[in-house]
Amino acid sequence: MAEAVVRELRASFTAGRTRPVEWRAAQLTALVRMIEEKEADISAALQADLAKPHMESYLHEISLAKASCKFSLKGMKSWTKPEKVPSAITTFPSTAQIVPEPLGVVLIISAWNYPFLLSIDPVIGAIAAGNAVVLKPSEIAPATSSLFAKLLPEYVDNSCIKVVEGGVDETTDLLEQKWDKIFYTGNGTIGRIVMTAAAKHLTPVALELGGKCPVIVDSDVDLHVAVKRIAVGKWGCNNGQACIAPDYIITTKSFAPELVDSLKRVIKRFYGEDPLQSADLSRIVNSKHFNRLTSLVEDKKVADKIVYGGQTDEKQLKIAPTLLLDVPLDTALMTGEIFGPYLPIVTVEKIEDSIDFINSKTKPLAAYLFTKNKKLQDNFVTNVPAGGMLVNDVALHLTNPHLPFGGVGESGMGSYHGKFSFDCFTHKKAVLIRGFGGEATARYPPYTQEKQKILRGLINGSFIALILALLGFPREKR
Amino acid sequence: MGSLAEERALGYGGLVSDLREVYESGRTKDLEWRQSQLRGLLRLLREKEEEIFDVLCEDLGKHRGESFRDEVGSLAKSVEDKLQNFKKWAAPEKASSLLRLIDSDCSQPAATPLVAFPATAFVMPEPLGVVLIFSCWNLPIGLTLEPLSGALAAGNAVVVKPSELAPSTAAFLAANLPKYLDSKAVKVVEGGPDVGEKLMEHRWDKVLFTGSSRVGRLIMTKAAKHLTPVALELGSKCPCIVDWLDSNRDSQVAVNRIIAAKWGTCAGQACIAIDYVLVEEEFAPILIELFKSTLKRFFTKPEFMARILNKKHFQRLNDLLDDPKVASTVVHGGYFNAKTLSIEPTILLNPPLDSDIMTEEIFGPLLPIITVKKIEDSIKFLKSRPKPLAIYGFTRNEKLKRRIIEETSSGSVTFNDAIVQYGMDSIPFGGVGASGFGQYHGKYSFEMFSHKKAVLKRSFLIEFMFRYPPWDDSKIGLLRHAFRYDYISLFLALLGLRR
Repeated sequence: MAEAVVRELRASFTAGRTRPVEWRAAQLTALVRMIEEKEADISAALQADLAKPHMESYLHEISLAKASCKFSLKGMKSWTKPEKVPSAITTFPSTAQIVPEPLGVVLIISAWNYPFLLSIDPVIGAIAAGNAVVLKPSEIAPATSSLFAKLLPEYVDNSCIKVVEGGVDETTDLLEQKWDKIFYTGNGTIGRIVMTAAAKHLTPVALELGGKCPVIVDSDVDLHVAVKRIAVGKWGCNNGQACIAPDYIITTKSFAPELVDSLKRVIKRFYGEDPLQSADLSRIVNSKHFNRLTSLVEDKKVADKIVYGGQTDEKQLKIAPTLLLDVPLDTALMTGEIFGPYLPIVTVEKIEDSIDFINSKTKPLAAYLFTKNKKLQDNFVTNVPAGGMLVNDVALHLTNPHLPFGGVGESGMGSYHGKFSFDCFTHKKAVLIRGFGGEATARYPPYTQEKQKILRGLINGSFIALILALLGFPREKR
Repeated sequence: MGSLAEERALGYGGLVSDLREVYESGRTKDLEWRQSQLRGLLRLLREKEEEIFDVLCEDLGKHRGESFRDEVGSLAKSVEDKLQNFKKWAAPEKASSLLRLIDSDCSQPAATPLVAFPATAFVMPEPLGVVLIFSCWNLPIGLTLEPLSGALAAGNAVVVKPSELAPSTAAFLAANLPKYLDSKAVKVVEGGPDVGEKLMEHRWDKVLFTGSSRVGRLIMTKAAKHLTPVALELGSKCPCIVDWLDSNRDSQVAVNRIIAAKWGTCAGQACIAIDYVLVEEEFAPILIELFKSTLKRFFTKPEFMARILNKKHFQRLNDLLDDPKVASTVVHGGYFNAKTLSIEPTILLNPPLDSDIMTEEIFGPLLPIITVKKIEDSIKFLKSRPKPLAIYGFTRNEKLKRRIIEETSSGSVTFNDAIVQYGMDSIPFGGVGASGFGQYHGKYSFEMFSHKKAVLKRSFLIEFMFRYPPWDDSKIGLLRHAFRYDYISLFLALLGLRR
């Protein structure tokens, strides 16, 4: 089945359907229309899949998707133009340019937590770059998956953009095909499987994975604002089920009590006394993840560290925002990516120690720091490797289309958003154009001493050597 | 970092963990350090030039003229370019962060959501960490030192594994890199495929591999276990389209350049050497005559052409002419000297398209010429074949040039010359599809071994209440205004909704 899909898309691509900028613009315009006309349906699907509050659906998925489409529509004309670059004296006279071309037929495997955005966003980049696309939405968000399967064919060119639904079997089938690029959003285990499958065909991949995103909170902050931003970045993002949600907090032993108090108050303000009843809190996606999360705090030595929250409702698959303080570092909660509403707080003696702490773990997708202290800010930016980072806020960097979004190390490879999405699915072809003039016989055998001298000068950029070379020195006996 | 114990248990574990320690100490990130390494490379190239010519001659029979042109000279220029520019490349780059309130094309405003306003945004390049470079035997100096210079400019610790098939060069690098560079942060590991395999058992922050597709697959598969990002520079059959050239001078220039790109470049054993030629059937005889006379003029002494690497490759090339259907198409040359491992420049006219010589990368001094009825047919010919590293075209026809650029796909396209694109720092070098992925040379070498970290800074000053729960319809309404860039509402929001 996958083979037939790829064959059809390859035929469409080879026929040149996806190349004209007008075609690409038409697809993106149709996507904008789709998002506008079907906003209610999209929101409903997200509600069904994740109990996602309408506000989150709008703020984090729908509006960002639309903005991404519009940004690409606007930028596409200049992105698709060849870029002139300086030529070298050694190839004088010549002109050089970089011509962007689509890779061909690409596969995009999406995730379940932002099932609309994480599907549409890379698809937008692939279309803008002129590729034919297969989208495989996550089966763990089935309502959104079937929404795509139903809607996309109504709005876009079905001979070049297809949706393939399914689980492990269908995905494996897709991964066995030969693609020109595979874009995967999800976890490291599957990421490895994707890359291994890609290796068979020498297919380049982009992997948007996860990690434990740390938040350093210094005492030199506007605490009232800081905790609001942390809270909305954690529990206001799919209740912690987001790759860039804060995973854990690091602060000083002395500041921790004040921080914990402030966090408690903001959780109450946002979600009320009984968060499980709040309509503004997403649920856990399914029982498998619900059980995974609750087992993280089963162990007494972890449960004992809960300082706020911890309520669960298995029937509704809801877990309340939960704070923990100084959980032992060798527990599962502290070693693996949480991807849920538990927020452990780690304490250190002095705030600078937090940098070493973060660097002792694998590189995260995002790292956050709250402080007014410029020196600490500089230390953080310079010395913490991460996919991306934010000072004095959380998660927002992904909304800026001028910033590349992606991981490094365990958190992934490749980046996208804005023009970076276009680049992700593009091959930058170098084109060098020479004429028949500027013939330098010094290049050719027989390699005499004189020729080598001139060649040496020419390569070293000597203008005189260039003149001599072009004048045909050294003269050869014919 | 619990895998340290595992790393030590595998071969080269000590090497990798030592380098990680060196890297974590921050030594290689320091700009002064990077500068000293690049300067060290330049000194190496200058002071050891004669020795480099010697080892390249030993390993490949390369003439010093060719060695200077293709490996030493262009490399020195490239390292110089990095020395001058690396600080600029390593500096943070500001990204646009404010939404453009007044847009000249008012229909579609740039999309930076209001909730992120105001902010400073920039991209901070940082080294990936500890990287591994696999080099190849045919340009053993260039293919090692060019990526090495990029990795150092970007601030990484590096392991270089030269090809064992060019043993004198490998030994040269092992002896000299520690002398001219920081031996604590730059290591040379010699050995064969088993060494390469052991190295790939470890996690690296990036691996660059130059070589065959077969080994490329193995490298990527092993890299996948650790989510190690890779760049693969693979081989391909680089075609050369030769259009009808009216003037004798043009034809001679074309032939000169094609000869240099085939027999003048490691005897055709180069990933960007011209593999075969496509030409109109009426022009073919003219071209062949020109080839014959020019070859005689150029290669007056055997030392002007490199020899075949070793017996195995010599035999492989010999076997390409085994098939009598192929051998009968030889129109020039064909003499193989097994003792000196040299093959004279050989031209074939229309060998069968399904023969090995037309399906596998030749990587040697055999040049098939394939004729087409009209030159535009060559485009269709190329489209049905795997994407090569380079496509060459000799033509004055602007329409044909445009069609080649737009209708074919390859790592690069060069018109009216060949190989020279390799020495340029302003254009990226790398393959696509079957010829690989990842690009380097010039600034791209720096970027290949860097991570561009996005950084966004906000102040505590301005807060938009509608960002936070509990959410109700009025907040959603406000957000809609914000996303529609309704400036009046924005202004009111700023006034009325602070904290």
